[in-house]
Amino acid sequence: MKRTISILVENHPGVLSRISGLFSRRSFNIESLAVGVTEDSTMSRITIVVDGSDYTVEQVEKQLNKLIDVIKLKTLEPDELISRELMLVKVAAGADNRGDIINIAKVMDAKICDITRTTMTIEASETTEKLDNMLEILRPYGIREVVRTGTIATQKGSDTINTKK
Amino acid sequence: MKAAQAMTECLKREGVKDIFGYPGAAICPFYDALVGSGIRHILVREEQNAAHAASGYARVTGKPAVCVATSGPGATNLITGIATAYSDSVPMVAITGQVVSELLGRDVFQEADITGAVEPFVKHSYLVKNAEDIPRIFKEAFYIAGTGRPGPVLIDVPMDVQNKEIEFSYPESVSIRGYKPSVKGHPLQIKRVISAIKEAKKPIICAGGGLFATGAREELRRLAETCHIPVITTMMGIGAIPTAHPLHYGMLGTHGRRVANTAVNESDLLILIGARVGDRAVTAPGTLQQRTKIIHIDIDPAEIGKNMEAQIPLVGDARIILNQILDAFEGDSCGGHEEWIETLNALKAKEPVQESYPDGSINPKAFLRKLSAHTEEDCVVVADVGQNQIWTANYFEVKKGRLLTTGGMGTMGYSVGAAEGVKTALPDTQVIAVCGDGSFQMQMMELGTICQHHIPVKIIVMKNNRLGMVRELQKNMYHENYSGVDLTGSPDFVKIAQAYGIESMRISRAEEEEKAVQTLLQSAGPFLLECDVSPEESTL
Ligand SMILES: Cc1ncc(C[n+]2csc(CCOP(=O)(O)OP(=O)(O)O)c2C)c(N)n1
Ligand SMILES: [Mg+2]
Repeated sequence: MKRTISILVENHPGVLSRISGLFSRRSFNIESLAVGVTEDSTMSRITIVVDGSDYTVEQVEKQLNKLIDVIKLKTLEPDELISRELMLVKVAAGADNRGDIINIAKVMDAKICDITRTTMTIEASETTEKLDNMLEILRPYGIREVVRTGTIATQKGSDTINTKK
Repeated sequence: MKAAQAMTECLKREGVKDIFGYPGAAICPFYDALVGSGIRHILVREEQNAAHAASGYARVTGKPAVCVATSGPGATNLITGIATAYSDSVPMVAITGQVVSELLGRDVFQEADITGAVEPFVKHSYLVKNAEDIPRIFKEAFYIAGTGRPGPVLIDVPMDVQNKEIEFSYPESVSIRGYKPSVKGHPLQIKRVISAIKEAKKPIICAGGGLFATGAREELRRLAETCHIPVITTMMGIGAIPTAHPLHYGMLGTHGRRVANTAVNESDLLILIGARVGDRAVTAPGTLQQRTKIIHIDIDPAEIGKNMEAQIPLVGDARIILNQILDAFEGDSCGGHEEWIETLNALKAKEPVQESYPDGSINPKAFLRKLSAHTEEDCVVVADVGQNQIWTANYFEVKKGRLLTTGGMGTMGYSVGAAEGVKTALPDTQVIAVCGDGSFQMQMMELGTICQHHIPVKIIVMKNNRLGMVRELQKNMYHENYSGVDLTGSPDFVKIAQAYGIESMRISRAEEEEKAVQTLLQSAGPFLLECDVSPEESTL
């Protein structure tokens, strides 16, 4: 099962390698990983999507917690999270099918952010599943390049990772 | 103050009196500051031994000990020692010199990414970028290494950083937001432990190395005696309760005693204390967890449920938790285990004692019993790795002292270095290293160290001319197809010792044992005793 883990870490060099090293060393599978600074510039947030059993997820959590650089972490349950991923996809598009692609983008709430004689670049911010779906629909037109950020997520409602339960 | 001097000042603030190391260009500013600092530097003969010595020192003092090396090869030579300390949860601060900051990443002479390389084997590491951070980093390093589940911390200091001028002030306390080890056990869980112990008919305590880390031997003995619970240990837990205690039933595991393994398998309650359920201790955790109820007490939450599920997990410091349990039992008696204890006693009595002496050989098991009979109560024995280790683990009797060995990594070449560290920390205590002829040859150079620094450790080499343990494995599992286990070409160890001016002796018959043991123990300086052992001698 896929699980999303949100991790607050010290914002200094070397932290990311400690975390990714831990995953490979303990053979945990990372589906995606995204990093960025937070409201507090001394902390970064890493969002990791892992695929594994409950046992694996528990181990991931515990091993991550052992790292001194990890300040706090939380596994976000599927029904309590809002997740997004940003994707840029360059599709082959000439005069004959530009209209089609514009329509697909519109239906999917995506934007055309660049256009050339032979290609169009679509920008979409969605859940991972919807992005996968969009790629399937675009595939017949010829996908030239896909760039994705990996999932970021937060919990629904007013609580944050810092809310004490 | 020069940063290098700040480094020695930090060590002094942490109460460090002795360090083990090996210099080189990149750590020279620190070595320069060492002169006149009042800190004793013990020059090992290869860096791995500096880490092992620090390990021995830390294990008997309970405080982080220090090893030092230069950049590049000096630092990489430390790795095996650091990894060994990590897997045995030993508090240690390793300091390495590094090439100058502005050349980092250019693959210059003797540059090695040591913080990267040791990442899997350290509790934490620092690459010092700003000299001003030195006091804080040292304070944190000692705190992290010595608290919670102990472990090694590495501090890598580029040469230019060591040469900077800084204002020195040592922090009073540390505040690391990502590191808050829990110590007390949850009261609700303590209650569950109490009722589980009361309900149990066949309880057993399995004591691990964690009990030494927190200094809970007394509490363990009291719990066992108050609640009449038999105790077995892991390899790291040997001596947590005196070997000869009537409620002690030996070490469990692949190389453990039959009675200990039977006790675990037939128990209805297994209380693991500071033991991580390593695969050498518990070979089939899956079956065991279905058969018996498990209480797992450990300071590292990640160990609970990692290798075996526990019905009653209890995270915290074993000493504090044992006291919580004992307090809860206050005035309450707990019995009903007599039948169980009798069963185990009967099994213990039936265990065969091997006393045969093959021609021209010492029986190592009988020898180790004899040795125990003559050593002082608080004697510290360090067992290396191989058959010699298991013989010592199963046959040396620990009273108030310690039996140290590397249970986690099983690093050959541990014993002499570690014994060196123990003897440095406890100059008035008997310290004996027991090793094999293979492992001794991995650390023979340390004879120089113990001579130079007058560290009178006693060394016993079990000479079977083989990598005995591997040979036995090949005998049993590979149809006696012996491959790479013959040590022909080994020197005469007695003469080697003599070349260093170390007293030495060889024995090969039972009649010689008594005198040899006495000579060894009474000698003033270091001593090497070679015991000729048959290659056919079995581990168990
Ligand atoms: C550094 C290292 N290399 C290899 C091994 C694998 N190993 C385990 S026991 C052993 C044999 C040890 O031989 P010796 O020191 O003579 O002890 P004996 O078993 O003969 O008592 C070996 C090679 C190890 N544990 N550590
Ligand atoms: Mg041998």
